[in-house]
Amino acid sequence: MSKTTEQVRKSLAKRYRAEKMFKAYGIAAIGFGLLALVLLFTDIIGKGHSAFFESYVQMEITFDRDTLDIMDINDDEELNFANYDGLIRDALRAKFPGIEGRQEKRELYGLVSTGAGYELRDMLMEDRKLLGKTVTLWLLADDDVDVFVKAGSDDRLESRLSENQKTWIETFEAEGKLELQWNKSLFTHGDSREPELAGIWGAVMGSLFTMIVTLLLSFPIGVAAAIYLEEFAPKNKFTDFIEVNINNLAAVPSIIFGLLGLAVIIGLFGMPRSVPLVGGVVLTLMTLPTIIISSRAAIKAVPPSIRQAAMGLGASNMQVVLHHVLPLALPGMLTGAIIGMAQALGETAPLLMIGMVAFIVDVPGGPLDPSTVLPVQIYLWADSPEQSFVALTSAAIMVLLTFLIAMNTLAVFLRKRLERRW
Amino acid sequence: METGNLLLLLVVMIAGAYYLGHRRSFTLARPLGGIRHLHSLPFYYAMRTAIWCAIPALAVLGAWLIFDDTLIRIMVMGSLPAEVLPADASSANLLLNQIGNVANGAIAADEVSTAVAAAAEKLNNLRSLNSMALAVVVIVVAMLGTAWGWVKISPQMRARQQVEKVLQTLFMLSATIAILTTVGILMSVMFESVRFFGKVPASEFLFGLQWSPQTALRADQVASEGAFGAIPLFLGTLLISAIALLVAVPVGLMSAIYLAEYAPPKVRAFAKPALEVLAGVPTVVYGFFAALTVAPVIRQLGESIGLDVASESALAAGLVMGVMIIPFVSSLADDVITAVPQALRDASLGLGATRSETIKKVIFPAALPGIMGGILLAASRAIGETMIVVMAAGLAANLTVNPLEAVTTVTVQIVTLLTGDQEFDSAKTLAAFALGLMLFITTLLLNVVALHIVKKYREQYD
Repeated sequence: MSKTTEQVRKSLAKRYRAEKMFKAYGIAAIGFGLLALVLLFTDIIGKGHSAFFESYVQMEITFDRDTLDIMDINDDEELNFANYDGLIRDALRAKFPGIEGRQEKRELYGLVSTGAGYELRDMLMEDRKLLGKTVTLWLLADDDVDVFVKAGSDDRLESRLSENQKTWIETFEAEGKLELQWNKSLFTHGDSREPELAGIWGAVMGSLFTMIVTLLLSFPIGVAAAIYLEEFAPKNKFTDFIEVNINNLAAVPSIIFGLLGLAVIIGLFGMPRSVPLVGGVVLTLMTLPTIIISSRAAIKAVPPSIRQAAMGLGASNMQVVLHHVLPLALPGMLTGAIIGMAQALGETAPLLMIGMVAFIVDVPGGPLDPSTVLPVQIYLWADSPEQSFVALTSAAIMVLLTFLIAMNTLAVFLRKRLERRW
Repeated sequence: METGNLLLLLVVMIAGAYYLGHRRSFTLARPLGGIRHLHSLPFYYAMRTAIWCAIPALAVLGAWLIFDDTLIRIMVMGSLPAEVLPADASSANLLLNQIGNVANGAIAADEVSTAVAAAAEKLNNLRSLNSMALAVVVIVVAMLGTAWGWVKISPQMRARQQVEKVLQTLFMLSATIAILTTVGILMSVMFESVRFFGKVPASEFLFGLQWSPQTALRADQVASEGAFGAIPLFLGTLLISAIALLVAVPVGLMSAIYLAEYAPPKVRAFAKPALEVLAGVPTVVYGFFAALTVAPVIRQLGESIGLDVASESALAAGLVMGVMIIPFVSSLADDVITAVPQALRDASLGLGATRSETIKKVIFPAALPGIMGGILLAASRAIGETMIVVMAAGLAANLTVNPLEAVTTVTVQIVTLLTGDQEFDSAKTLAAFALGLMLFITTLLLNVVALHIVKKYREQYD
């Protein structure tokens, strides 16, 4: 046995150990990444799942004409401004008699959400015969009550509710007159200062309008640019310059696009702030590089034989592209566009710059109404001090992630179904 | 007529022009014996007529919309009597706003001076006249264009070439939007930055150690002078990015190596897309996770071993940002590692090296330029990242490299300076654009270098 072989044999154990260690590092790295992913999702779902349900209390409400202070039941104006909160207060006092002092009364009235009165108004507007009748109703509870109800027995001790309020809630619970119901307002309302009334519908509509503007602008422009660069552009300095620009724009921080929107689109062209139209334009500029790059890849994937066959039959360059290359590349382009849209849907920073952070209660009705978008709504709620907003924020994140997952799944599905391998 | 309705009408007119052109090409072809005697297919004659209808009308509409506000403003200001004319630009703006509000009905006309009320009425008149005139002009131009296109149709006309030329020009214009965007970004940050450096010297901004952008809004207000030394911001940005890279580079690189060299196909097929999900999660979600989950955990951990940790520590933001950029590093590294020719691997393994030795001594050096490019791209991503730091890092501009303290970053300051209510030309708002310029230059340099390295490396093995 030679000396070298001897040496190698001696070092083998160490080298194999190093080999195993190296492999273990690799597994640990993947494990870390996946663990972070799992932690992120469990944390969000753990915090957010409770927000899909909220507390309601059951009470006997009498639509009393004197308390409501209305003369004519058919007068919409009067009905609109009647004292519905008074009805709820009466019902609460009837339920817990013997409450005196101002402080105690305020605590009692605080059990029910300030928005519950509007529901009574809507009921009465719907069915005016209710006047003077007594009905058993589920009324939306205040968010502090909601937090208390959802908390475990240990956390209940730390609740910011007063002792009286805790007793009252436990009375409701004992009578079975307090229950968690599906959180309708989350999917029907705009933003609100009251967590139990706040919803994401306004933000979802804002996101929808912004995305429509983005798609309508970025897809045609991106496809046209990709066709030009792949099929028509001469090989010269100008074309190179365009390519360098596209590649760089793909890596420019998104907040810079916000500065562009603020200075040029709002400052120079005088477009209004906080509207989805401007947001859509800014996001278009941001997603264009992604769409151009993926569209070019899709065009490149069309085999040259298709072009040659078309040309051989006498088609012009433009006809080759529009009649043959484009239809074949379209599925790939669509996939790229959906991925670009998913990116734009999750984008926040540039929209902060163009003023889409305003507190907007009304659900926007078009791309020119002031609105906010889903990620910005998440940012706004994450800043709110009330405890209930943490759950609401997580719920909004779950909705946003659902949209993103759906879009990406659609992209993968399209790629599998439509994309042809040559 | 509203612009939206006008556009709809224009679309209908374009469709009409298409139809007219189509019919005329058939009419012309019939005496000759069918459409094969035309130079182009009827579709191209029709398209040509439609283009003649659309492009002049849209050009007029666009130019009109850009200039009409300015023109109306000048005319309204011109109509004001000389004694109410304001002296400087800002009071002129105020007056214009007031006139606008009166015209919209937001302020009752009897609450303001007669001159303003008269101007408001004039504004309303001008506006309705303007929209009327716009509609008439655009419709007339569209009709003239259609007529011209229609009249010119003849069997010899090379309609296909003309239509294709227009289409190709449109395609080229779409491609140049990328250049326009870059120019727009440069102009917008440069222009405001120059104004900022007129108020605050560039040397103070670049080398000053104190950042407190609170300036007096009114001349008589008591407030601090405002200090615009950006070094604490640069240092904070670097600190958080460095923490992020310390997390992302080892993890991303090792996962890429494992996935490319060791992992069985099934593991790879599962783990690679799973890691890429991390890149698809919106940054605002990471920000929420960092601020509400990671930061409190780090604080508690620190307290349990007797360390004083700020509730908005750089560590929390950096860690979460690191997790966010893991997939950038890993997918770029994966690309370059798999691009290393198999012959290099085979040669090394054939000489008796173990797999890890092959990776460390052969593949890694061969892939190093590409990996460096990927790391630079990840760094530019970390520097420009906004939402995580806005939500999880602080606002306090501390000059420190201690990861347990709160620091602030360039992007955080841009957002805070621009999301409040303030004058557009105060040093405070302009400072945001100067910071934007710094950010743009830094990321641009990183990107250019990174793309250059990656490109050069690719050519090496192609």
